[in-house]
Parts: sequence; structure tokens; C-alpha cells
Amino acid sequence: MAVATRNRKSARRQKVEAAINYPLDWLEERSGLVGATKYFLFRKVPGDTNWFHTLGSATLTAFLVQAVTGVILAMYYKPDPNSAYQSIQHITNDLTLGWLVRGMHKWGASVFIILMFFHMARVFLFGAYKYPRELNWIIGVTLLAVGMLEGFTGYLLPWDQTAYWATVVGINLNGTAPFLGPFLADFLKGGAEIGQNTLTIFYSMHMLLIPGLIFALIGLHLYLVIRLGVTSPPWSREAAGSDWAERDEPTTNGRSGLTRPGPRGNGENG
Amino acid sequence: MEPQHGDRPHLPGPSVYPIGFAAGIACILVGLIVNPRIVAPIGAAIAVVFGFLWARAATTEFRGETVEPVEPERREVSPTAEAGAVPAQHAEAAMPEPAPGDRFPRSKFLEGATLGLGGVIGGLVTVPAIGFMVLPAYIDQGYPQVDLGPLDNFTEGQWFVTSFFMHPEQGEVSHRTAYIRNNGLLDGEPSFTIISNRCAHLGCPVQPNGPVQDNQKKDVDGPKGQRIALTPMIPAGGFGCPCHGGQYDPEGNVTSGPPVRGLDRYEYAIENGRLKLGKPYSVTQVDGVGKNARIHKYKLTGPGQHVDGWEQILYPLQPPH
Repeated sequence: MAVATRNRKSARRQKVEAAINYPLDWLEERSGLVGATKYFLFRKVPGDTNWFHTLGSATLTAFLVQAVTGVILAMYYKPDPNSAYQSIQHITNDLTLGWLVRGMHKWGASVFIILMFFHMARVFLFGAYKYPRELNWIIGVTLLAVGMLEGFTGYLLPWDQTAYWATVVGINLNGTAPFLGPFLADFLKGGAEIGQNTLTIFYSMHMLLIPGLIFALIGLHLYLVIRLGVTSPPWSREAAGSDWAERDEPTTNGRSGLTRPGPRGNGENG
Repeated sequence: MEPQHGDRPHLPGPSVYPIGFAAGIACILVGLIVNPRIVAPIGAAIAVVFGFLWARAATTEFRGETVEPVEPERREVSPTAEAGAVPAQHAEAAMPEPAPGDRFPRSKFLEGATLGLGGVIGGLVTVPAIGFMVLPAYIDQGYPQVDLGPLDNFTEGQWFVTSFFMHPEQGEVSHRTAYIRNNGLLDGEPSFTIISNRCAHLGCPVQPNGPVQDNQKKDVDGPKGQRIALTPMIPAGGFGCPCHGGQYDPEGNVTSGPPVRGLDRYEYAIENGRLKLGKPYSVTQVDGVGKNARIHKYKLTGPGQHVDGWEQILYPLQPPH
């Protein structure tokens, strides 16, 4: 009786699994996306990774929140000197849940920058910037600079007194850079003086140019993380890197040109 | 050798149901225009029937029924032709076969042509776009002459906070402020001191260190809607910047704080008894006071940039305006 019940359940379960797998197999045969997703998500990581290793994903999440809330805010924001401030007041005070989405975008911006610094501190203190990951550190620093630029351009958009004068000071700071500074300041102003073009230039940079750059750089950043693997913490006796973690197996993944770093603190080097 | 994708049997086999479904949809769309009551429902019926048949055919394998694999069509090759055919890689080469690693000149040419043409097309698209992005900020930039109204409004010896719209068509964003004093006659011509309120540190608006008589504010209608407002004030302690504490004396000389030079001034002209504001220019320092002042004048330069001293070598070029 019990066996029969289990068999019946098992048959139903098989049917459900087949129903789930059928579209996945269809997709996999035509695109290989299922395998790629599995390769991305089920990577080998060192056994003693800890919570500090989640700071990078946290930063990515903060950026995605900014991207989504920013897209929604752009549906109601008017990048025009005569109506920008009023449109933000409208978003905050009149539109349903506008205060929440604007608040998420405003405070999330700081969260994004702060998490970038925490993530950078983790990478620095764990020595995760060392060979062969130097290039990923450089991309990360570029992301930090571009992220700050995103903050600078976004700060003008509320178009209140704080935003306006902070941007005046920021643009003039750029203007004091040697040699090309004056030209950089004029480009940011869109002319000799801050005017109606300044706001639209900042708006376009803030919502199109820089986010595109950030997405591209994040793609490169993640590609290198997947290729090189996650570093083990400094106190680990495991080798750094995903596939290298199994020391006795030869690397069969065709990643030529990479030497295999040994485990740290193995006694031979002191 | 791996079988090519086309060699494998199709599962499920191709059917005509999708075509019938598409015909039904087309019939609906035509029917909606021609005759929504008769033709469109007929189309809907066709689409529903063929849609059901299509869905049934597509899920045969999944529903566990046996499916006859359909062999892919193959062109019949006559035995003689098959015997005579030579695989391409073994055919007599029109060109001498290159050594392994060598490349045909044709492939080199194609590579060069692809890169070259691609570069030209990319340049044709990119260069004008980048030019449009960058150049408007530097070309046709200038300072319009602003008519500040009759000279009589400027009492001799009295400072006025003078606010105006530099580009009235742009609205509030072109709001500018200058501090203006009528110095009286110099060699028979009226003399004015016109100081820009843009701090020479990083461009915040400097404020008079003294009373501003807001209750005596006077609005003057500019001929082009510049919305000029004159407010008497007494900058007894000169001018001060709220942002980072730069301090200036009433002639705009730096007395304290981070500014690298004195306050900018505006050129001016007097036409038909009206004061016209011209281009601003940069000033390092002013010797003397009022109409007897000697102004050390330089081309207009951004805040925070040195125009004299050794630091001026850091700013050899200024945008053209």
C-alpha cells in the first residue's frame, strides 16, 4: 500500500519534472543558456570563503536597484531648467509611492558608493588584487571613478539650490585641472556659462552614458571573476581560485598561459 | 566526423499547422477591416483549430506518444557524379597551396577590406556624433550686451546689487548678479565699478558684508525682458563667499581665504544715457579706489585658475569665448 502510494507520487513527480525540463531542454539545445547559467552559478569556490566575499554581489545589487529605480524616475522627471524642480516635487509629494522610489534612488546612491569602498577594502585586505587578478583591480578602480561620476551628475538633477551650487563648485573644481581643465569645465557646462544645456547634458550622462559604461565594466569585472575564480582568505591553506582548488587534478579547462598558484602558507616559503 | 545539424532527424516532424494558424490570424486582421461580424470570426475559428492542432503536434513527444522521426530530405546524387566528385579540399588548387600557417593573399585582402571599410564607416558615423557632443560648448559662445537701464537709476557713490537675466529666453537659469557703483565723472565720462559676484575660488556667489536695503529694491524693465532689479547696499566689509570663506575688499581684492585672485569685473558701455553691460574679464588685483582704480586686467578665466604667478603655466589655453 505504502509502496504503491510512493510509486504513484513518483510517477506524478516524474511527470512534473518532465514538464519543467521540456522547455529548459528546448532552450538549452538552441542556445546553451541553461548550461551557461549553471556554469556561472555553480562554480567551485574555496571552502573557507566567508561573508566578506558577498560585498561584491551586494554592490552589484545596489547598482541594479539604482538602475531599476532610475528608469522608473525617468518616466516622471522633466530635465528642463524651468520644470525639473517642480517635477521632483510632483514625484515626491503627489504621485503614489513616488516618495519611496525617489528615496530608494537617493539613499541607494550612497549605499552603492559605500559598498564599493567596503568591497574594495575586502579585496585589498585579503590580497585579492595580486597576480593574476591585477587587471580586475584596475577595472574595479575604474568602476569606482565612474560610479563617483554617476553620483556627481545625479546630484544636479533635483535642481534645487544645493544641487545647483554644488555642481557649480564641482564643475569649477574640474576647471582647475591643469591644461585641459578649462575645456573640461566648458564641456560639462555645455558652454561658457551654466545654462539650460548643463542640466540636459548631466541628465544624459547620468542615465545613458555612464550607466552603459558601468554595465560594460561590470560585465568585464564578472568575466574575470569567473575566469580567475574567487580568492580564499589570507588565513586559508587552500589554493586560491576555483579550479585550482583541487591541486592534484591537472587543469583541463584549456585555460592556457596561467600558472597555478600554490596554497598560501604551505611552510615552504616560510 | 560529427554529423552536421541538418543531418539529424527533425523531432517533431514539420507540419502545416503553423501555416494554417498564420492564415487564420491574417484572416482575423483582414476581417476586422472588411467585415468584423462574419469574416473575422471565421478567421478566429481557423486560428483556434489550427492552433490546437499545432499545439497537439508539438507536444506529442512530451505527452509520451510515439513519434515517427522524419528523415531530413537529401538530394539524390547519381552514382557517376558521386564517383567523379572530388572534395573541395582535394581539388586542384587554382593557386599554389600555401604551407601550413601561411595565408592566401585573398584572405589577407578580405581581412584588410573588412577592417578598412569598417573603420571608414565607423568613422563616418562616430566623428560627426562626437563633434556634435563636444563642439557646441566651445563654438558661438559669448556674452551678450545687457541693457541695465538709464544711468539715473544708479545714484552716484551708491552700491547696487544688480540682478538680471543674461539670456531672458533661457529663464531663471541665466540669472546673474553684479555689484555696481557709479563713481561719478572721470574726464567728463561716467565711470562705473562693476564687480561680478562669482567667487574667484570655485564660483559660489559672493555676498556683500553689509546691509542690503531690500525695502528699496527697484525693478527696471529691460528692453528684452532681462528683469533687472537694483537693490541699494553698503558693502562696508567688502564681499564674502558663503561656501569656503573667501573674503574680498569693496574693490574685489582678496583679503583672506582660498581665492587665487580678485573678483572678476564686467566691461561696460554707455549708449544714449543707458548703462550697457559687456563681457566679463578677470582681475588679479586693483590698486586705488573707485574711478582712480588701476585694474590688473586679464582675459576671462574660470574660478580657481591662476592668471599670474608661476601657476599660470598650468592654464596656457582657454576655450574661445
